[in-house]
Amino acid sequence: MPAQSSIVKVRDVSIKLHRAGEGQKVLFLHGAGGLAQWLPFFDALADGYELLVPEHPGFGASDDPAFIRNVPDMAMFYLDFIEALGLDRVHLVGHSLGGWIAAEILVRDRARFSSLTLLAPAGIRVEGVPAGDTFIWGPEEGMRNLFHDQRFAETLLALKPTEEQMDILLKNRFTATKLGWQPRWFNPDLEKWLHRIKLPALVVWGDDDKVMPPQYAALWRERLPDARLVMVEETGHLPHVEKAELVSRQIREFLKGAAR
Amino acid sequence: MKLVSFHLMPYRPLDLEEAAKHRSSWVVLPNTLYDPVKGAEEYAAYIDFLVDCERLGFDGIGVNEHHQNAYGMMPAPNLIASALIQRTKKVKIAILGRALPIVSNPIFIAEEYAMLDNLSKGRIICGFVRGIGAEYHSTGINPYFSHERFHEAHDLILKAWTQPGPFSFDGRHFNLRYVNLWPRPYQTPHPPVWIPSQGSSETVVWAAHPDRKYPFLVTFSSTELVTRYLNTYRDQARKYGYEPDEGQFGWACPLYVAETDERARQEAGRAIETLFNNFLRMPLEMLVPPGYTSQTSMKNFFKMRTSLGSRGFQSADFLIDSGTALIGSPKTVRAKIEQMRDKTGLGILLPMFQFGILSDELARRSIELFAAEVMPHLKK
Repeated sequence: MPAQSSIVKVRDVSIKLHRAGEGQKVLFLHGAGGLAQWLPFFDALADGYELLVPEHPGFGASDDPAFIRNVPDMAMFYLDFIEALGLDRVHLVGHSLGGWIAAEILVRDRARFSSLTLLAPAGIRVEGVPAGDTFIWGPEEGMRNLFHDQRFAETLLALKPTEEQMDILLKNRFTATKLGWQPRWFNPDLEKWLHRIKLPALVVWGDDDKVMPPQYAALWRERLPDARLVMVEETGHLPHVEKAELVSRQIREFLKGAAR
Repeated sequence: MKLVSFHLMPYRPLDLEEAAKHRSSWVVLPNTLYDPVKGAEEYAAYIDFLVDCERLGFDGIGVNEHHQNAYGMMPAPNLIASALIQRTKKVKIAILGRALPIVSNPIFIAEEYAMLDNLSKGRIICGFVRGIGAEYHSTGINPYFSHERFHEAHDLILKAWTQPGPFSFDGRHFNLRYVNLWPRPYQTPHPPVWIPSQGSSETVVWAAHPDRKYPFLVTFSSTELVTRYLNTYRDQARKYGYEPDEGQFGWACPLYVAETDERARQEAGRAIETLFNNFLRMPLEMLVPPGYTSQTSMKNFFKMRTSLGSRGFQSADFLIDSGTALIGSPKTVRAKIEQMRDKTGLGILLPMFQFGILSDELARRSIELFAAEVMPHLKK
């Protein structure tokens, strides 16, 4: 199922938006690595839903507005984005940084949303359990630490990025630094407001996640008012890539129950 | 030419073999490898060494700031400067520098510099730097905002030194209802400001600006890069419509002299290799975190880098032949300095006589020989 890509303009910021499928809307917010490619997972989600996958401001082919200085800014921007596109009854899905953005959106305003799915989200922390230091890892180390099954890392490491792809990698890394360096991958003022997310929620975590420690999953389940947790065995930080079929099946079942 | 004897104060007793097992000699090198009894002796020897530079005829002595590493034991260089003030009479004391972006309130830097200026009755030279990339790992400060914080902190410090207080300062990173420096600096309008740099184009444009005309000191780079960066500064000054004077061009480098080129290489070769390969060892992710330079600079940086970072082993021959380290007979070293002066208009040389594991005895012999046989020619 090929995705349709377009540029949408929200508050003078051009956003690259990929869409696929038809049905109730699912908005996927990508992680700090950006959106390198269209994933089989997206196809699985788009079957029976209209899946929208924007590239965040500061990532990929989207603009990099100076007024976005932190994740709360990003969340406010997405509230504008959702209003501008007239989206409603949206199922929100976020991975890692995207999960953090999703939670920041919903503590502010959940009126246009039906559910929340978090895949190994950043945004809160467990004291004494630091997240992986993605900023100190070298390129190969960083790639390997994303996966449990090293075959995924090896396939990706074998690809030689073009000059244009290198520029995008650099751009993504700059924005990830802006948003995630300090405090490292969390907002100290988020956890105390998570009770505001009065929506059905699904939290998915790989049990061998070296970036966001699996120990964080329990805290999310505890703080979110209506959350179910799925731990995925022998899986790293990208459960929707490493276990695409299992994870998309879990999410689709959850969305069916959460439809309103 | 002004001569400033510069020191990094490396922790020489470091177990190099053990240190090599870790990612870097910065940020993550376990501090169990530091022995305070040995470290205390290092401080004492280094301070004696710098104090003695006054007798040898140097115009200045210099210290600097780095955090959480074995490369330099001066996270608080003002403490060393304060000790040096008490033990010297005339020599300038250059702190090269304090890292402005990594403090939570730059007023503390303005205050400490003002205190040192008073304590020394106007002998202080104030370096402003951003710290190297590793500092952003060890302090947690976001490198994406490094330039913003640097400029804002600089403006705040200069204003605090020169404008009558109290006044308020409205920044993005620093917001202060009351800025009212006690003590004010001793020198008028304020102590000289020098900018040590690895040559980033943003820094050149800023330092050369007619409002500032800050001396630009290129540190630890090959002859080719020092020449290029200093001439970029000159070109920038001319673009601004003025001709810079020699006091705006500085070069900091490790320097060692012995009777012959061969002997100098033999005595200092291993030490210079430890400086670049052991004490400065860090991956590029630590050296240049995103935002520490612009995206364009970062791309160029990765392409042009010829002295620091993950280049594999840098031999003494490579470091000497590229001009990154000045090591040789007095004649050879003098010729290289004079060549640099001819090519760039260099007016400030900041030799570092002790580097890596170089012993006190060898560093002392080298500096005595330099003072006797090179310095008089440069001072002419």
